[in-house]
Amino acid sequence: MSFQPYVPPEQLMKDRSDYARKGIARGKSVVALEYANGILFLAENPSATLHKISEIYDRIAFAGVGKYSEFEDMRIAGVRHADTRGYTYGREDVKAKALAGGYSQALATIFTQQMKPYEIEILVGEVCEESEGDELYLILFDGSVTDEHGFVGIGGHSEELMAHLQKAYKPGWDLRTAVKQAVAALSAVESREIAPNQVEAAVLDRTRKQRRKFRRLDNAEIKRMLTGK
Amino acid sequence: MSGSPDLPIGANPSFIDLIKDTRADALPAFDRSADVVVRHGTTVLGLKFEGGVVVAGDRRATEGLYIADDRMEKVFAADEFSAVAISGAAGQAVEVVKLFTVELEHYEKVTGERLSLEGKANRLAQMIRENFPLALQGLVVVPLFGGYDERHGDGRLFRYDATGGRWEEEEFDTTGSGGRAAKGTLKKLWRAGLPRDEALRIAVQALVDAAEEDIGTGGPSLAKGIYPTVLVITSGGVEEIPDEELKPIVESVVGETK
Repeated sequence: MSFQPYVPPEQLMKDRSDYARKGIARGKSVVALEYANGILFLAENPSATLHKISEIYDRIAFAGVGKYSEFEDMRIAGVRHADTRGYTYGREDVKAKALAGGYSQALATIFTQQMKPYEIEILVGEVCEESEGDELYLILFDGSVTDEHGFVGIGGHSEELMAHLQKAYKPGWDLRTAVKQAVAALSAVESREIAPNQVEAAVLDRTRKQRRKFRRLDNAEIKRMLTGK
Repeated sequence: MSGSPDLPIGANPSFIDLIKDTRADALPAFDRSADVVVRHGTTVLGLKFEGGVVVAGDRRATEGLYIADDRMEKVFAADEFSAVAISGAAGQAVEVVKLFTVELEHYEKVTGERLSLEGKANRLAQMIRENFPLALQGLVVVPLFGGYDERHGDGRLFRYDATGGRWEEEEFDTTGSGGRAAKGTLKKLWRAGLPRDEALRIAVQALVDAAEEDIGTGGPSLAKGIYPTVLVITSGGVEEIPDEELKPIVESVVGETK
């Protein structure tokens, strides 16, 4: 029988946090901005198919940074949670708050009980009929949740992103301005120009007639918005 | 969080498998006794036209000799590019359609890609097959399924039987108690390459004819403002034809019948 050497819990938690933070810092960032008609999610992503931003339900979207397999795991769990809720109760009973709570519980459990913590950060957004009702939740690798307003950046450069957006952000932007500002923020913290074909973007657009408010912006549309043509 | 045992790699994109494992009680009851009053009687139809397909149905639901409902919806958009029309035991059929709709959306979200029209049609066949034990007790669910095939660039139409058998129709099809009467009309009026507006008119004509022949089928009522449900599916997606557009068509069709 082997004995584990004693490690104080403070040290254990710190080591795990450092490990997770290091993993997240290696990856790219995602920005979410509330604009006039909803919420914009935008990321630098060289892949056109391995998404960081996805649809969860009618009014709810998801964005993840860090290790792909781990946030993909969370995304699918979220879709399952939402579809099950909506089927057993009603479509309007599927809420971002409940989803954020679920993610928080799952990540907290993984953080303390698994071999290694997940190296991810997650955003969950929900749009309402009125912009005052929009919700944005940020969930960190240890399960801590914060309720964000207006804008939020996650990933490797989250602190610089938040500082940049703090200065630049104004409520009530139209979509074109929001896209431009989001790309500008990502370019500023990376200290290089981000090409339109490297941008992944999607919106929760409350003005969409369809039940599902989530819509991806394709490359041509992003390019048009960035170049103004 | 991993898939079911028969799918060891990747997430299982089936919502039905998920709900069976987690909330089996929420599934349509496949073992319900048949000695309950069941809403029957219907005419639903589908026909192809240039660049798409029309799926339409009357609005009546009957319980025996009673008219249970004169504004029932029997045609539903299953997703952005397909629609299901149901005939048979109404409660059961509506539940099957609801489940089918979630199944398609769940697949799309988990995998990041919409199912092919062929895939959707097959999935519906499997669901009807699961319903077969109930069909033996008289709770038959036989849908029509129509959609726009994004890969073929054309509208397509499928019909089913109670055992889950599936056939593709090249022209048109009808089902329900008034289906035979509607089919006669379609047989006379349908031709290849119909324009959209003519296809709409023929669909309404067939439903009106069916209502005259069949007690289970409700005709349109201008006085009460009851119009059939008509869905048109093209490359632009599913479009439900509003009553304002149906009204002149119904007026002219009923006027001619007089």
